[in-house]
Amino acid sequence: MNTVTAPAEPRPAVPAKKSGGFTAAASNYIDERTSISTAVKELGRKIFPDHWSFLLGEVALYSFVIILLSGTFLTFFFDASMAEVHYDGSYVPLKGVEMSAAMASTLDISFDIRGGLLMRQVHHWAALLFVASIGLHMLRIFFTGAFRKPRELNWVIGFVLFILAMAEGFTGYSLPDDLLSGNGLRIIDGMVKGIPLIGTWTSFLLFGGEFPGTAIVGRLYSLHILLLPAIILVLIALHLLFVVVHKHTQYPGPGRTEQNVVGFPILPVYAAKAGGFFFIVFGVVMLIASLFTINPVWNYGPYDPSPVSAGTQPDWYIGFADGVLRLAPPHLDVVLFDHTFSFGILIPLTLVGVFIMLVLFYPFIEAWITGDKREHHILDRPRNAATRTAIGAAGVTFYAVLWAAASSDIIATHFKLTMEGVIHTLQVLLFLGPVIAYFIAKRTCLALQKKDRSIALHGYESGRIVRLPGGEYIEVHEPVDDFERWKLVSHESYQPLMIRPDSRGRITVAQRARAVLSRWFFEDRIDPITRAEIESSNHH
Amino acid sequence: MPRTTSPSASKSRKARRRGPLATISLLAVGLLFTGGAYAAFSTSTASAEVPAVVSAASVEEGEKLFAANCASCHGLALEGTENAPSLIGVGAAAVDFQVGTGRMPMQAHGPQAPDKPVQFTDEQILSMAQYVASIAPGPAIPDESLLDGEGDVANGAELFRINCAMCHNVAGAGGALTEGKWAPSLSGVEPAHIYEAMVTGPQNMPVFNDANLTPEDKRDVISALKFMEENPSPGGNQLGSLGPVAEGLFLWIFGLGTIVAITVWITARSN
Repeated sequence: MNTVTAPAEPRPAVPAKKSGGFTAAASNYIDERTSISTAVKELGRKIFPDHWSFLLGEVALYSFVIILLSGTFLTFFFDASMAEVHYDGSYVPLKGVEMSAAMASTLDISFDIRGGLLMRQVHHWAALLFVASIGLHMLRIFFTGAFRKPRELNWVIGFVLFILAMAEGFTGYSLPDDLLSGNGLRIIDGMVKGIPLIGTWTSFLLFGGEFPGTAIVGRLYSLHILLLPAIILVLIALHLLFVVVHKHTQYPGPGRTEQNVVGFPILPVYAAKAGGFFFIVFGVVMLIASLFTINPVWNYGPYDPSPVSAGTQPDWYIGFADGVLRLAPPHLDVVLFDHTFSFGILIPLTLVGVFIMLVLFYPFIEAWITGDKREHHILDRPRNAATRTAIGAAGVTFYAVLWAAASSDIIATHFKLTMEGVIHTLQVLLFLGPVIAYFIAKRTCLALQKKDRSIALHGYESGRIVRLPGGEYIEVHEPVDDFERWKLVSHESYQPLMIRPDSRGRITVAQRARAVLSRWFFEDRIDPITRAEIESSNHH
Repeated sequence: MPRTTSPSASKSRKARRRGPLATISLLAVGLLFTGGAYAAFSTSTASAEVPAVVSAASVEEGEKLFAANCASCHGLALEGTENAPSLIGVGAAAVDFQVGTGRMPMQAHGPQAPDKPVQFTDEQILSMAQYVASIAPGPAIPDESLLDGEGDVANGAELFRINCAMCHNVAGAGGALTEGKWAPSLSGVEPAHIYEAMVTGPQNMPVFNDANLTPEDKRDVISALKFMEENPSPGGNQLGSLGPVAEGLFLWIFGLGTIVAITVWITARSN
């Protein structure tokens, strides 16, 4: 901790010949040459609070390591070429079929290379887990308000990582050049071509000519194994650096303040737990990969632009983008000045773009509305930030409807519904669902706050009914202990901002908008209990 | 535990644990467990039932059955009514498919007649088929030689992907159509019924006549489907062959669910 004493550190280790043995000698040798003890001391005493939801980001990190390891194995055998070959491997139903070298090598990995299929499945399942754990991690950050100052930039980095993970996933999904991946690329091609003026040119640039061309697999491969992983690695490093710099957030509790962090030091407890957890995550992925098929390219067969299989969908994390296209109403193409404007593509793209931007910049939007410039290291319980939780619920609903739309055909067949019925319902839900979710979440939060308040003031219901001498029945309420009560009363309450004229005595439009938004955020609130209230409640 | 057992017993147990057979038996238990789990997960459906050859079937018998069970909708002279199409010229293959898979007699009007338990014996079905075929010529029940599943699997799989997969899904798992109709799953369907469906085009399915797909091509398609059925995925359970939606749902519920349960366990405080 104290940097002044650090240089003197190695000295006592030298005479201690008898106590340490090889370990001490070796660590001393390394330390004398690298001065690593300062870093170990500093990092080793870093405190991490213990809560299950704080491990979700770690799951993402570990999945990424698994992806790197299994992906490296796959690069040994994958041939990212669209040269035409006749498959001559051991899978009978494709014998002699003409396909690209990429597809043939994927089949070889699956059927003829020892451990290849397992590695393919590990890679793919870990990729799904990677994006899913990032998603869950982000939801935790959002609903606990962990993105507030000083962590706004880390939210942005994390969200960019989420987008990059999706890009990694999509480029990887397209590499085997099977029917499913070709169909996915065709949709991307269609979306690109739907952009006015530059669309067609961009598509030709991307595919090196008319779709599908003979270049796209090689190009996606370069992105998939070189550029995107490199950017992701750098951003992960930055992301973790910020975690160290900012220190970890913690849930409210007795003894936890904005100035301290209560938890375990990295060494030895946390490092042991986290290291063990890596192997557990690896084990779970291994188990899933060895028991469950993922992306059976041998069923899909080589890409051919004519067939499109029923049930063609992207991997789950691209589902929202597929869903928004499925929900777009038909007949929206408009011809203006000799150019076709495909609003059936442009409207969904804009909708998704706006949604992504809102999520990306949410920390700044909320900070502007609340006007809160203080640092926050204590997390909000979601119920205590009712409006934010409600906004989050609305966003999750919006995303979930898009996601569900990507499986509209599966919903129709498996729940015996009509395809049109499913689509129309989801179209309505896309706009109505978030509103309903918003109000339900907000009212639920406020109700929970009220419940907390009554528990803190009057204790919890003990279930014991007592008959008073006068004949009246009452239920005995037991007071909560001080530790529990701390959690219930230690949050802050915000008041809506008042409109104030600026230095020139004017009230700007931005000010007015801010006041309206602030009122929307904080008008409905339940103030936390004051000390006086607690004391007065203790008397009766 | 160690307190209750005598020192010699615990020593012998330790010796047993370190014995040369211990590793082997542990491996055997492990292999047995994983093998058993694999066997439980890979469902093998191998039922190549050959339809019984019927000798006593007759057109008269079929006519009676038709009048009793079909004529109320299809008309006594097969001319059709406003509830059901004419059956003149549909051939024996159509009858064998529709009645043989339980789709007919239809139980209720709906977007589509679903398959259900078969209502007649093979003999009765054949009688009705012969009766319908006797009124006007149409596609016949296919010859056994086309249904043996010994055709060119690679050609069949390619034809299936090009002609069938857009409705039935590449793995034959079925898919959605418009207005509540659907393309059914093809797993467990008799080869004869697959062939008959191709030549007669039941319900929403298009007809694949012999000029479009030769009988040999149809044999290949059937062979490819049977190959898929008899050779379950080398990668493990296929999650219904429904594609990435099923995989994503599985990952979120079971993959991430397991992981979250483990995070809770790791951070649980001992009481």
